Amino acid sequence: MIHFKRDFNFMGARRVAAALSIILLLVSIGSLAINGLKLGLDFTGGSLVEVSYERPVELERVRIKLREAGYQDAVVQTFGAANDIMIRMGEAHDPQLGENVLLALQDGEELRITLRRNEFVGSQVGEELREQGGLGLLLALIMVMVYLAFRFQFKFSIGAVLALAHDVILVLGFFSLFRIEFDLTVLAAALAVIGYSLNDTIVVYDRIRENFRIMRVGGPVDILNASLNQTLSRTIVTSTTTMLVLVILALFGGEMIYGFAIALLVGVVVGTYSSVYVAGNILLLLKVSKEDLIPPPKEEEEIEQIP
Amino acid sequence: MLNRYPLWKNLLILLVLLIAGLYAAPNLYPEDYAVQISGTREIHQVDEALMEQAMARLEAEGIGYKSLTLENGAAEIRFNNGDEQLLARAVLASQLGNNYVVAMNLAPTTPDWLSAIGAGPMTLGLDLRGGVHFLMEVDTVQAVSQRMEVYASDVRTTLRENRLRYRTVDLDDRGRLQARFGDAETRDQAQTRLRRDFSEFIFDTSVEGEAYFLTISLSDETVREIEDYAVQQNLTTLRNRVNELGVAEPLVQRQGRNRIVVQLPGVQDAAAAKRVIGQTANLEFRLEAAPDASRAVTEVYPFRNDPGRTATLERDIIITGSSVANANATFDENGLPQVSITLDSRGGQMMSRVTRNAIQRRMAVLFVEHKTRTVSERVDGEIVERRVPYVEKHLISLATIQTVLGNQFRITGLDSPRESSELALLLRAGALAAPVYFVEERTIGPSLGAENIEMGTKSVQIGFMLVLLFMLLYYRVFGLLANIALTLNLMMLVAVMSMLSATLTLPGIAGIVLTVGMAVDANVLIFERIKEELRSGAPVQSAINSGFSRAFVTILDANVTTLIAAIILFAMGTGPVKGFAVTLSVGIVTSMFAALVITRALVNLTYGGRKLQKLRM
Repeated sequence: MIHFKRDFNFMGARRVAAALSIILLLVSIGSLAINGLKLGLDFTGGSLVEVSYERPVELERVRIKLREAGYQDAVVQTFGAANDIMIRMGEAHDPQLGENVLLALQDGEELRITLRRNEFVGSQVGEELREQGGLGLLLALIMVMVYLAFRFQFKFSIGAVLALAHDVILVLGFFSLFRIEFDLTVLAAALAVIGYSLNDTIVVYDRIRENFRIMRVGGPVDILNASLNQTLSRTIVTSTTTMLVLVILALFGGEMIYGFAIALLVGVVVGTYSSVYVAGNILLLLKVSKEDLIPPPKEEEEIEQIP
Repeated sequence: MLNRYPLWKNLLILLVLLIAGLYAAPNLYPEDYAVQISGTREIHQVDEALMEQAMARLEAEGIGYKSLTLENGAAEIRFNNGDEQLLARAVLASQLGNNYVVAMNLAPTTPDWLSAIGAGPMTLGLDLRGGVHFLMEVDTVQAVSQRMEVYASDVRTTLRENRLRYRTVDLDDRGRLQARFGDAETRDQAQTRLRRDFSEFIFDTSVEGEAYFLTISLSDETVREIEDYAVQQNLTTLRNRVNELGVAEPLVQRQGRNRIVVQLPGVQDAAAAKRVIGQTANLEFRLEAAPDASRAVTEVYPFRNDPGRTATLERDIIITGSSVANANATFDENGLPQVSITLDSRGGQMMSRVTRNAIQRRMAVLFVEHKTRTVSERVDGEIVERRVPYVEKHLISLATIQTVLGNQFRITGLDSPRESSELALLLRAGALAAPVYFVEERTIGPSLGAENIEMGTKSVQIGFMLVLLFMLLYYRVFGLLANIALTLNLMMLVAVMSMLSATLTLPGIAGIVLTVGMAVDANVLIFERIKEELRSGAPVQSAINSGFSRAFVTILDANVTTLIAAIILFAMGTGPVKGFAVTLSVGIVTSMFAALVITRALVNLTYGGRKLQKLRM
C-alpha cells in the first residue's frame, strides 16, 4: 500500500515559508492596488451580448460592423469557442439592444448568427453587489472566528482567520495578476475557498489540539511537526480528489464556469499550503502552549460517545 | 458486540435511503418539450374544437407530436424534440392569433405514483433552460410624491368645502404640501380642520411678509406604508401582466425593500415581454378648465397626436387608471380603435358625481408615462451617470360630455389597434402604483442553456468517476465502501434539492462537483485514523471503532465551519450565488450523514462482529 514518509520537519522550513507567504501577499496586494480586479458585468454594470456564428469569424470584422452601427465603446472578444462572440458595452438600458446588435451584425453577413445571451446590469446594482460581496466575506470571517474561539482557543481562531485572509488575498491577487474576469460565480468560489481552507486548517488544528494534550515530550515545534505528519496522507488524498474534480470542471465545465473552477483550484492549492505553514506558523508566533488547552473541555468526552 | 449496528439502526438507514431514492427518482425522467396554449381572456376558451383545428394544422405541416392534454381551459401539447416544438409554436401562434397565448415549456414526465407522494424533479435555473430574468426597482420616491399630489387635491377640496379661503396649495421641492393663506386665523382654522380629517399629516406653520404658510408633511410611518403599498401593488400588477403573457411557471417575487424579480423561463422574445411588463403608462381623467378659471388651478398639456395643439385642464383628477375594473380593445363605428372601459363602483360614483355638474363641458383623457433619461455629470472630477426620472403627460382625447357618465364608457383617439389592445391590457392588469426601472436583465438563449446542462452533467460524471476510481485504488475494500456511500450521498443530495424544490443553476452544479470532492474528506479522515490505530498496534475491531469516533470531532468541527460560510453565502447572495450556497449546505449535511452513518453501517456489515487478525487497507 501507499505510505507517505512520516517524519518531515515541516516547521524547520517555517522561516522560508513565512518569507514566501509575505512575498506572495505583497505581490497580491500590490497587483490589487495597481491593476485592481478585472470586474465582470455583475459588478460594473453595463450591457453584454453574446452571439454565436455558424463558423469562426474574424473579430476585427465584428468590431468594424459594430462601429459602423454606432456602438463605439463595444469590447469584442471570443467566449470559449472561436465562433462565440461576446460583446460588452457601457450602454444604458435598452430593451432592444440584443436584437439591434444582432441585426447590425447580420446585415450583409452570409453566416447565420444567433443570439445566445443578453444581459444588462444597472451600475447601482453592481455597486451594491461589490459592497455586499465584501461584507459577506468579512462576516464569514468573523463568524468563523467566533466559532473557533469557542471550540478551540483564541490563538487558534486568530491563526485560522489569518490563514483564511491569506488564502483569499492570494486568490484575489491571482485574479488581478492574470487579469481573469471576476464575476459573481468567482465571488462564490472565493467564498467556497473560505470553506475549504477552513476545513483543512481545522483538521490540522484538531490534531494539534489533541497532541498538545497527549504528548508528554517535545516543545510546540515538535508537536506541530508530529501533527502535520500525522495528517499528511489525509491532506494529500483530499486535495487530490478535490483538485481532480476541479480540473475536470475547468476543462469540461464550459466558459461560464471556468473562472469558478480556476479560483477554487488556486484556492485549494493555497489553502492546503496555508493550513500547513500559515496556520501553524501563527500558532508558534503566538507562543501557543500546553496551558492554552488544559484543562481539556468536558464536551470532548460527551462527543466521543455519540457515534 | 463491537462494530455492529442494532437491526433497528440498519433498518432506519435503509428507510432514509429508500425515501431519498423515491424523491430523487423524478430527476431520472427526462422532460418533454411542450407548448402550452391558453386564452388571453375568459371568452377565448381553449376547447376541443379549437384543438382539433390546431392538431389538423400541425398534421398538415407534417409536425409530429407525442400527446395532447386539455385541462382547465388550457392545452398542453408534448413533442418528441426541440425542433418540433419550435416549429409547432410558430405555426400555432400564427394560426390562433392574438387571442391565444402559445408558450414554450418543458413538461415534467414524472410518473403519477411519484407525483402522488409529492415528488418532482429539481427546477432548472434560467441559465440551464433559457429564458428571461428581470430585476426591477420600484421608484418609491415617486410613489410618495404621487400620493402627495392626490393629497393636494383632497386638501383643496376640504378647504373649499369648509369655505376656508386659501391662496395656493402646492407641492414644494422637498415633497411637502405648502398651503398659503391671507391671514393667520384662516390658517389656524384650516389646520384644525385638516388635522381632524387627516391623522397622518404633520403640520408646521410659518409667516413670510403678508403670506401665512401651513406646511404639511407625512409621518415616517405613513411614508413607509405608502412605499410598502406601492411595492406590493406593483407586485400584484406585475403578476397580472405576467399571467396575461401566458408564460409557464413564471416567478414574480419581491427582493429586498424596493425590488422585484421577474423570471420567465422559456421566453425568447424578451423585447415583447419587457414592453408589457415595464409599461408604466397610466390614465388620468380630468375636466377641461372653465375659460375664467384661475391659473392656480389649471394646467396646460399638449395633444399626443398633435403636439402643437394644447388644452387647459383642471388640476383636480377625477379618477386614474387604477379605478378601471375591465377594459377591452374594440373598434368604433368608423373602424377606429377604441377602448371600452368599465369602472369599479367607487370610480363609477366619482365619475357620475363629477359629470352630473359638467354636462356640455369637455373631459380629457391624459396618457401618463414615467420615463427616465441618463445624464452624465461631473462629481469630484469623476463622470457619474445618473438616472433622472421624468413624467410625460399627453392628451389622448378631449370629448364633450353628452350625458352623465356611469361606470361604462369608451376612450377614442388612439393611434393603432396595437395601441388600443396594449392600453386595454394595461388597464385590465392594473397600472403600476409607482414607476419601475429595469436595473438588471438577463436573457439566456435555449441553446446556451442546453449546452450548460450538457457540460455541467458531463463534468459531474467524469469528476465523480475519477474520484471513485482513485478511492478504490487507494483504499481497496474501504474505498469500495466509501464509493457506495458517496454514490448514496449524491442521491440524497439530489433528493433533498428536489424536496426543497430548489432551483438548480450552473453554480449549483459546480457546488455538487465541489461536494463530491469534499465529501471524500470525511471518509479519508476516518480511514486514515483507522490506519493509524492499526499501526500503533490496536486490535482490528477496536481500531475501526476508535477510528470512527476520533474522526468524528474533526469532521464535525470542519463541517460546521464550512456550513457557517455557506449559510452566510446564502443570506448575502442573490440568484446564482444563492443556488451555489444551497447546494453546498445541503451537500455538507448529506455528506456528513453518508460518511458517519452509511459508511459506518457498511463497514460494520462487512467487518463487524467477526474476529479479524489483520485488516488490509
